[in-house]
Amino acid sequence: MAEDLIGPGYQCVVIGGSAGSIKVLIDALPAITPHLRLAIVVVLHRKNAADNSLLVHLLRSKTLMLVKEIEEKEPICSGICYIAPPDYHVLVEKDRTFSLDASEKVNFSRPSIDVTFESAAVVYGASLACVLLSGANSDGAHGLIMAGAHNALIAIQDPATAEMPAMPRSAMNVVENYHILQPEQLAGFINNLA
Amino acid sequence: MQIADEELELLVADLHDRYGYDFSGYARASLKRRFERLAGLDKFPSFAEFRYKILKDPVYIKRVVEEITVNVTEMFRDPHFYLALRAEILPVLATYPFIRIWLAGVASGEEAYSMAILLYEANLLHKTLIYATDINPAVLDVARKGIYPAAKMKQYSENYLAAGGKGDFSEYYTARYGYIKLNEELSRRMIFSTHNLVSDATFNEFQVIICRNVLIYFDKTLQDRVFHLFNDSLDIFGFIALGSKETLKFSGMSDKYKVLKSGEKIWRKIS
Ligand SMILES: C[S@@+](CC[C@H](N)C(=O)[O-])C[C@H]1O[C@@H](n2cnc3c(N)ncnc32)[C@H](O)[C@@H]1O
Repeated sequence: MAEDLIGPGYQCVVIGGSAGSIKVLIDALPAITPHLRLAIVVVLHRKNAADNSLLVHLLRSKTLMLVKEIEEKEPICSGICYIAPPDYHVLVEKDRTFSLDASEKVNFSRPSIDVTFESAAVVYGASLACVLLSGANSDGAHGLIMAGAHNALIAIQDPATAEMPAMPRSAMNVVENYHILQPEQLAGFINNLA
Repeated sequence: MQIADEELELLVADLHDRYGYDFSGYARASLKRRFERLAGLDKFPSFAEFRYKILKDPVYIKRVVEEITVNVTEMFRDPHFYLALRAEILPVLATYPFIRIWLAGVASGEEAYSMAILLYEANLLHKTLIYATDINPAVLDVARKGIYPAAKMKQYSENYLAAGGKGDFSEYYTARYGYIKLNEELSRRMIFSTHNLVSDATFNEFQVIICRNVLIYFDKTLQDRVFHLFNDSLDIFGFIALGSKETLKFSGMSDKYKVLKSGEKIWRKIS
């Protein structure tokens, strides 16, 4: 599917990734319009808290957008890039606030990409876009099925370009309608959403 | 199983009307996940059958409450938090003749034993009472026994060291058949009791209240109720400690409290 088929009108994009996804994100960030009228939520598997604050600093250095770690019950605002905190699942409430959940790991992961895709899909429906990047496990695939069922837009990184192709590949095996994204298309894809 | 918003509200109403458990102030997104997870675990073919079971089987309700609440915990969770307790709170407590600490939402007790070890190493345990409460009687039973899987000890002893542990962690327990039992010396100063933060009142005055990773499951209104309960239960100059993602900042009570230097989620009541 061509990029220009995606009209604006999206309110939130959730980007999930694991091993090999940080570089894709960092390369894309400078080209993402800073005052986009949509919220960007990033759920990456991290090793620990120190690792995560490093990530936040790194991403900040690449954009004029506000980049922040998610706080619980925080309203979800457009033009902000939110980063999932380590060791919590990120959920979206109906009133469009975040809530955090320290329950069991899902796919050996907390945060789990599945959890956020699914929860955001229930609230945002067709105004949600989900992007799944490189990674070595299968987190995200189930969440994308749920997102698809709620008419969310889905984009998956081309496994051939992924440092770790397992995650995009397992999603492609089960998801029906999706765009295949080259890493260098990520910024343009997001800019077109809003 | 997927549970719709209206269905979720039905379950919340059932639990309240029939059994007196009030989950109406819980954050919906995670509550929904918990119910869906439970329905999946117990293999209910439809929402109707799930609801019927809840309505008709009072024994099953115990399981519902156990599974709806999130009981994940560990010893010395967030070790840097315990470092801050050692550095900033224990020296103050040391000056008191008698210390009362309330651990609200203590789950299976790992937090209470961690606290007891801290106090023991500071030579304060003998003059402390730790009140460990939770809504969930099943996890309190585990807490009372102090028996945990041995497989977790590697992680816990790493946490212990990162939390500034001074001794040999393995001396605090005895191992047997894949399990460990924490020394009774540690639990001697603990009182375990059910207490529901939604509906129960204050029951004592404390110098320290620790409630970590419980409030994230509550909506703002319920959080406020709990903050008032804690405020009413805390001595002036007492301490409140919350989980790493929770805050007192927006509670309307923040002017009565001063956050401690460490950057941890610990506040001192100043008026
Ligand atoms: C995630 S655990 C936190 C355990 C521990 N404080 C920690 O941080 O590791 C949350 C606990 O809060 C308890 N809880 C949930 N709702 C409660 C309520 N209304 N009153 C008291 N405890 C509650 C649950 O049963 C569970 O044991």
